[in-house]
Amino acid sequence: MTTTPTGLAIEANGLVKVFGETRAVDGLDLAVPAGGVYGVLGPNGAGKTTTIRILATLLQPDGGSARVFGHDVVSDADAVRGRMSLTGQFASVDEDLTGRENLVLLARLLGHRKPRALSRAEELLAAFGLTEAGDKQVKHYSGGMRRRLDIAASIVVTPDLLFLDEPTTGLDPRSRNQVWDIVRTMVGAGTTVLLTTQYLDEADQLAGRIAVIDHGKVIAEGTPGELKASVGSGALHVRVHDIEQRSVAATVLGAALGVEIQVDGDPAALSARVDSPERVPHALEQLSRHGVAVTQFALGQPSLDEVFLALTDHPATNEKEEVAA
Amino acid sequence: MTTTTDDTTTIDDTVDATVDTATAPVTPTASGTPAPHDRAHDDGADTDVLEDTGHAEARSVLAALASGARPPRPSALSASVTHGWRALLRIKHVPEQLFDVTMFPIMMLLMFTYLFGGALADSPSDYLQFFLPGILVSTIAMITMYTGIGLNVDAERGVFDRFRTLPTWRPAAIVGALLGDAVRYTIASVVIVGLGFAIGFRPDEGILGVLAGVAVLLAFAFSFSWVWTMLGLVLRTEKSVMSVSMMVIFPLTFASNIYVDPETMPGWLQAFVKVNPITLVVEAVRGLMQGGASAADLGWVALACGLLVGIFAPLTMRMYKNKT
Repeated sequence: MTTTPTGLAIEANGLVKVFGETRAVDGLDLAVPAGGVYGVLGPNGAGKTTTIRILATLLQPDGGSARVFGHDVVSDADAVRGRMSLTGQFASVDEDLTGRENLVLLARLLGHRKPRALSRAEELLAAFGLTEAGDKQVKHYSGGMRRRLDIAASIVVTPDLLFLDEPTTGLDPRSRNQVWDIVRTMVGAGTTVLLTTQYLDEADQLAGRIAVIDHGKVIAEGTPGELKASVGSGALHVRVHDIEQRSVAATVLGAALGVEIQVDGDPAALSARVDSPERVPHALEQLSRHGVAVTQFALGQPSLDEVFLALTDHPATNEKEEVAA
Repeated sequence: MTTTTDDTTTIDDTVDATVDTATAPVTPTASGTPAPHDRAHDDGADTDVLEDTGHAEARSVLAALASGARPPRPSALSASVTHGWRALLRIKHVPEQLFDVTMFPIMMLLMFTYLFGGALADSPSDYLQFFLPGILVSTIAMITMYTGIGLNVDAERGVFDRFRTLPTWRPAAIVGALLGDAVRYTIASVVIVGLGFAIGFRPDEGILGVLAGVAVLLAFAFSFSWVWTMLGLVLRTEKSVMSVSMMVIFPLTFASNIYVDPETMPGWLQAFVKVNPITLVVEAVRGLMQGGASAADLGWVALACGLLVGIFAPLTMRMYKNKT
């Protein structure tokens, strides 16, 4: 795979896109290294989709510039199109056509002659477990099948860069894992993947680096470990068996961990930011010693909400996505 | 009760996430066993084998990636024809969309011939000889309107985003759609001429004249459609495309020589009728079918076609490029 002298697949400087009153993208900088998965993390309306649409040559920026493998996305859009493909947030396939017809159509549009287009469609259907569904109209596919067809359509010609816009939103856990496996396989084969997501979990599972964006700007960038470190080691979530015991549990935990305990709206739940995880086993022991039965006791990484709280002092509000369709 | 370590679990959905870790998907390079089959199945239509055969699946995806070499870029013609093929596939899968090109022409022809024929000419049969080429042009012109509505709906689909990110000749998606529409116009023409023959249309120039007339009409319809493709991309909703298109098409078809002799109209209206491209096309088509078509008639149509494409094709492409 050829790269630019800088080794960057994507370079964006001060990108701006304005829709009416809304500055959907507002001075966004991005440097995505070639190879691996780069995660763009943010709530709805943060500007993720608009950014991808600019980088994929679908939208012209109102300010700033962006290069994909060294090609300017505005002045050299055709060269950019020759290196990347896009799997949009909504299925980028024709729902009235069958899966096979969609793949043959794209193979033909990319320049394959008919026999090769047919065999390529066959290969892809087989690789993505869609052979049996190949002759069904896409509108009869399940969400997971649609997603897989969509990704298959993006690799009719193997791209150097693949944009995946919220690839697992709305998928059940099993389909989500399948998509993750496919992404890992593609990266193993040398494709750079830029993935947007609302889930820290997903970015953490897949991405080597993450940019957190909010209100059209990058507010933090780094490896998943760096980001989590900037937020604190993690959080403890506890659910008590008997809700009457919650206040006792809060006192015990507070004493054992030496931190403030939050009680949620859920009458059985408590949570705490934990800075020294080594004290957690002790806390569990203390609960048991005080006769507090728990149904859940889990130490985990911070949620997107907590990342946002730490980075911006405001929660991820899931504003209405304000990009044009 | 579960106790897990820091980086294996998320807290916004702890129970779920804990299950996920237990059954974490096998990465393609890992050598473990495939993930246990304990997740909720999605709907029964999904007959995939991905999870059960994780390794084979990763290998075949890898193989598919390895054989995904980029072929030479297709020609503009090839890309357009492929998009035309898509339009035909859509007709195959959604045949209801042929309703407007079959029922509408039948209705128009029968209604005008029998309702107004006697009043406007000596008899419905006499009127039909004068009227058929005109109603043919009028019907096809009206049907071209659906091109813009169809494009407006189509452009909202995700698949259009994909087309616009392909390194192919950009107008191909629109030109291809118009080629697909040409098939619809042909069907409508066959319906009208066929029905016309059945109820007594006997053109002086015979079948060859009819074919020549239809050919000129199809060329015009293709050119005229660029007006609708532009409107289809400019206007936001299907409804607004429909109403604006109506406001364009009704004056054009009625203020013409289709239904009545322009001599009966006031002078200012005659002036418009004379330069109306629909009038020019009707003149040529009528001439080709009934005799008397001059080179000038055909020349005017060619000029109208050239102007329509020359003005509206670039405007359409501009809208297509900047479509958000």
